[in-house]
Amino acid sequence: MAAGDTHQAIEAIFRIERARLIAGLARFARDVDRAEELAQDALVVALAEWSKSGVPANPGAWLMTTAKRRAIDAGRRDRMRERKHPDIARELDGSFDGREAIEAAIDDDLGDELLGLIFAACHPVLSADARAALTLRVIGGLTTDEIARAFLTSEATIAQRIVRAKKAIAKAGVDFEVPRGPERAARLASVLEVVYLIFNEGYAATAGDDLVRPNLCLEAQRLGRILAGLSPGDAEVLGLLALMEIQASRLSARIGPDGNFVPLTEQDRARWDQLLIRRGLDALTRAEVLGGDDGPYTLQAALAACHARARKAADTDWPRIAALYDRLRAAMPSPVVDLNRAVAHSMAYGPEAGLHLLDTMSDAAVLRNYAPLPAARGDLLFRAGRRAEARAEFEAAAALTRNGRERAFLQARAAACD
Amino acid sequence: MRVMVFVKATEDSENGFEPTPETMGMMEAMGKFNEELINAGILLAGDGLKPSSAGKRVAFDGPGRSVIDGPFAETRELVAGFWLWEVKDMDEAVAWVKRCPNPMLGPSEIEIRPLYEMADFEEAMTPEAKEIHERLRDKLEGY
Repeated sequence: MAAGDTHQAIEAIFRIERARLIAGLARFARDVDRAEELAQDALVVALAEWSKSGVPANPGAWLMTTAKRRAIDAGRRDRMRERKHPDIARELDGSFDGREAIEAAIDDDLGDELLGLIFAACHPVLSADARAALTLRVIGGLTTDEIARAFLTSEATIAQRIVRAKKAIAKAGVDFEVPRGPERAARLASVLEVVYLIFNEGYAATAGDDLVRPNLCLEAQRLGRILAGLSPGDAEVLGLLALMEIQASRLSARIGPDGNFVPLTEQDRARWDQLLIRRGLDALTRAEVLGGDDGPYTLQAALAACHARARKAADTDWPRIAALYDRLRAAMPSPVVDLNRAVAHSMAYGPEAGLHLLDTMSDAAVLRNYAPLPAARGDLLFRAGRRAEARAEFEAAAALTRNGRERAFLQARAAACD
Repeated sequence: MRVMVFVKATEDSENGFEPTPETMGMMEAMGKFNEELINAGILLAGDGLKPSSAGKRVAFDGPGRSVIDGPFAETRELVAGFWLWEVKDMDEAVAWVKRCPNPMLGPSEIEIRPLYEMADFEEAMTPEAKEIHERLRDKLEGY
């Protein structure tokens, strides 16, 4: 590569290497915060050296070696200064060999270190919000400012959340290995939950005026694709990836020209992204081949696929969707699933069937403040010709939602009941 | 952003794939690179194309349509393979292309072209992007 590569080009290379670099350094230093620092130091060295001598043949290994060497030099300085940790320094000296580090970095094609860092960042000792912020920071490479804007909170809040998360990981003695055996399933569930949380924060923004923040969806999709690449034998990873790809295929159709939300059945299907649909259907097939048919994410992906396969809204296979919801209810019992199941049954077997299921929902009280419940009930009542009752439900839903555009949509539906 | 990455043809690629130790080694290196792209979560699609001798062109002139059989002459302008990537910006795309093994035995070229963005709602608020948005929608509704 030619000498004189610009800082911009070098930073682009660093962005590609960053997550894997932090992963290797976290395992080396047993500390995410220190790993981030070391990676940043290595970038500073790279900017100075590469702009003179050009980018080395294996920039990832170069950065890793440089970072580790600096960590060891710092360890030596500490030893000189304090003469307190000779054992640690000896250990570091013994474990470090430049050539070995380069070869290890080259051989690490399986990406186990990266996967280990994802598992650590999504460790169940952390709250879901902390996991999401830390994952976006160390794996996605987002700045705290970008994460704060994505989650509609202050930069200070996110910075503090990330600092605390790193400390909690260190305190809990979380290692950076990929969990194996029976632990793996529980830890994986924790990872998938975070990825889907990030996706949903982008897809169905719960507050603010932007209905979707597509960049968060893209981040989550990228995470899902990375996981599917690193862990191709996990059916639920593929199920989640399928779900996100298919849902994301509708991003540009969910918002009308007026900026308002467009419901699935009224979307212009010509605007659905066929590439994402195809990728989603492929991932779904792979999940099913792996025997994941009854996994919660795979079932949700199968549901999304029913819509993706219908060329027109009228072609939707509602009885199949209703049957999938019956299965999802067993795999992942939740009042939200019950609500969606009722809507699916109403589409397959008429509004009264759906209303009956809504009325017999045992845990409807949990959804007391959940706008989609009265919105759905309003829709079923409207379709059943019970306009006055429908109007009251739409008004209740409009009062509950935190999203400005959604409120406008619900108010319009209430007005249409006259 | 999405980019289409074109591997441009050479005389060798236009002669078709021959399994030699060199080409097999190249295939292996390319396979590793593809794995890296997958593990980085950026590869959406990609494939290699047969030589233009296997291709056809349809020329349009008003209502007229005429079919031209390959091979086509301007080798350096032909495409021998493509990827579709989801990257953060052009810098990232360039950085990835630079680490691609040379896809050909001799000198070769890879071209990166960003796609029009449909999902870019934030920018769709500016008049220019809105116009692009409308144009794309019209195209899609027309098929």
